[in-house]
Amino acid sequence: KVQVWILSECVSLFQVNVRDALNQAMDEELERDERVFLLGEEVAQYDGAYKVSRGLWKKYGDKRIIDTPITEMGFAGIAVGAAFAGLRPICEFMTWNFSMQAIDQVINSAAKTYYMSAGAQPVPIVFRGPNGSSAGVAAQHSQCFAAWYGHCPGLKVVSPWNSEDARGLLKAAIRDDNPVVFLENELMYGVPFDLSEDVLQKDFVVPIGKAKVERRGTHITLVSHSRCVGFCLDAASVLAKEGVECEVVNLRTIRPLDVDTIEASVMKTGHLVTVEGGWPQYGVGAEICARVMEGPAFNYLDAPAVRVTGVDIPMPYAKILEDHSVPQIKDIIFSVKKVLNM
Amino acid sequence: RVLELTGCAASMVASSRSYADFTPEATFDIKKVDLHRLEEGPPLTATLTREEGLKYYRTMQTIRRMELKADQLYKQKIIRGFCHLYDGQEACAVGIEGGITLSDHLITAYRAHGYTLTRGGTVREIMAELTGRRGGIAKGKGGSMHMYTKNFYGGNGIVGAQVPLGAGVALACKYLGNDQLCVSLYGDGAANQGQIFETYNMSSLWKLPIIFICENNQYGMGTSVERSSASTEYYKRGDYIPGLRVDGMDVLCVREATKFAADHCRSGKGPILMELQTYRYHGHSMSDPGVSYRTREEIQEVRSKSDPISMLKDRMLSNNMASIEELKEIDIAVRKEIEDAAQFATTDPEPPLDDLCSHIFANDQPFEVRGATPWTKLTSTS
Repeated sequence: KVQVWILSECVSLFQVNVRDALNQAMDEELERDERVFLLGEEVAQYDGAYKVSRGLWKKYGDKRIIDTPITEMGFAGIAVGAAFAGLRPICEFMTWNFSMQAIDQVINSAAKTYYMSAGAQPVPIVFRGPNGSSAGVAAQHSQCFAAWYGHCPGLKVVSPWNSEDARGLLKAAIRDDNPVVFLENELMYGVPFDLSEDVLQKDFVVPIGKAKVERRGTHITLVSHSRCVGFCLDAASVLAKEGVECEVVNLRTIRPLDVDTIEASVMKTGHLVTVEGGWPQYGVGAEICARVMEGPAFNYLDAPAVRVTGVDIPMPYAKILEDHSVPQIKDIIFSVKKVLNM
Repeated sequence: RVLELTGCAASMVASSRSYADFTPEATFDIKKVDLHRLEEGPPLTATLTREEGLKYYRTMQTIRRMELKADQLYKQKIIRGFCHLYDGQEACAVGIEGGITLSDHLITAYRAHGYTLTRGGTVREIMAELTGRRGGIAKGKGGSMHMYTKNFYGGNGIVGAQVPLGAGVALACKYLGNDQLCVSLYGDGAANQGQIFETYNMSSLWKLPIIFICENNQYGMGTSVERSSASTEYYKRGDYIPGLRVDGMDVLCVREATKFAADHCRSGKGPILMELQTYRYHGHSMSDPGVSYRTREEIQEVRSKSDPISMLKDRMLSNNMASIEELKEIDIAVRKEIEDAAQFATTDPEPPLDDLCSHIFANDQPFEVRGATPWTKLTSTS
């Protein structure tokens, strides 16, 4: 815990890493509402494959923290059925790669049911787990699913970056009466951030569907989600030394996309670069660019909007290759300078 | 005039026979059930009261007539898309409901019109859903395969997906401690789905109050059971789960087996599996004539020897539990109900365009939905 002075007021800041933020959010929501429960592989007695659910089984027991066999399609379906019948499940996929085994249940059973039933059957479920690239886990364990799930009506899709995002969005997701796809990032789990007392209040939620401007700037807008937000902020620091002030927008939510915040920023800066870890084709950046083209912000663009993305290949294993498969800070800086014609 | 008089006379005859003339209750021998991992099975006899008999008769006849009317409307192109009819299988839906209560839960696949009815839907709202009108049970948003009522979770289009969903409902029953159970149905075609075996596993591990029911109507679309399944003993496919193979054409057999299965679940023993041997008269769906992979003779033989409605009717008549006239009156009443429903289903207006984007999210503020062009801004409400 750290105490700082902000505008002559003493504010306590607590260092909380993303993992603990997620853990605390789940703990508080489990306590708040008896209908909330967690199921997934290794979530109970193992304390979670990535320790996100550490301590929860000890506190809440077998009824509310359920270890499943390695049968994603089955347990995702069970989770959705439990939501049909009035419970509020949190269904963990050990990584989102394994959700492909169960994707039919997420899309056809969860996302579409409220619509097909004309409002008779809500589905209050959260699917969560680490998404996107990690370190050295190779092609089958490194895919980003933001674009795939972000494509589908009936889902809310969120992608937190820091601890405040993780805590607030997970609480919002659990309290939401609709299916939420919660895309975490393994490499962010151990990263600490300072949280104020306000953020640590039990009813603190980050509204789904609202982006956050993490850094104000005037020359160019960087729009990103998840771990890449940090890279954008790092790139912005470097660029600031050369007199380029970047505005960094943290999407927080993939679907619904906060187009208003993006447009307001682009209309201010006249330049746009999107940054994501996923592949370029039909991706999050592609959607943002299309929306900007179709809306009022287009007339304010002084250059074409461009995307910085993961390289369009399956993820390789060797470190040097892996490092060159994901967007690096230098790629962001390079793209900014290109767009600004520097 | 003659028909009028005859009809009049018939109703006079019927009303002149008081209820005291009929047998209030009779006990029937029912087929022995094949057992898997069970020492004892359901009883070999079933007692039927007059009230129950009339109720089962009326419900089965309603399903039968409703499905035949749907056939007609489909051929007139008033019903579109997929339409999977249930005629022939009525004893399953009615018998199952006879063994559970409406506070229990049920989920099935897409051959669901019969279950929508037994689970509390009306013929009117079912037919209007088939014709895609605003008075449909899902306001025209779902269609044939996506009808819901209280404790009935559809109507599911993806083969096999409904089975784990049903186990989830059962998990909720156990979690909430409400002594309810969930019946989770699937066909012989779905019986080979991996997710069903995943569900068998978790249901057994966690002792969920679920009754798995395989409606084996011998054909998964155009593929006979022999061609799709290395083992056609579907009641044994649950392996460690006790199973029963039941005559699905006999409503009493189905009912007794369901009662037995429900007792098993409610006593905390965990899941149980029932295979109902049944038959569909129609093809897989309205786009399948149903005679390229089976013979007309086979269909006709089932109709003449095993029709579920005829079987119940014969039992009741031969035991003086009802009169022919009384049953005819029920037939007439059912016919009228179906006609009225069809009339409603063909005249009720289609859903308003304002409804296009509604029901995306529950309990949410209205939000904008992109239409087909960037300039088309639509609104979604909960």
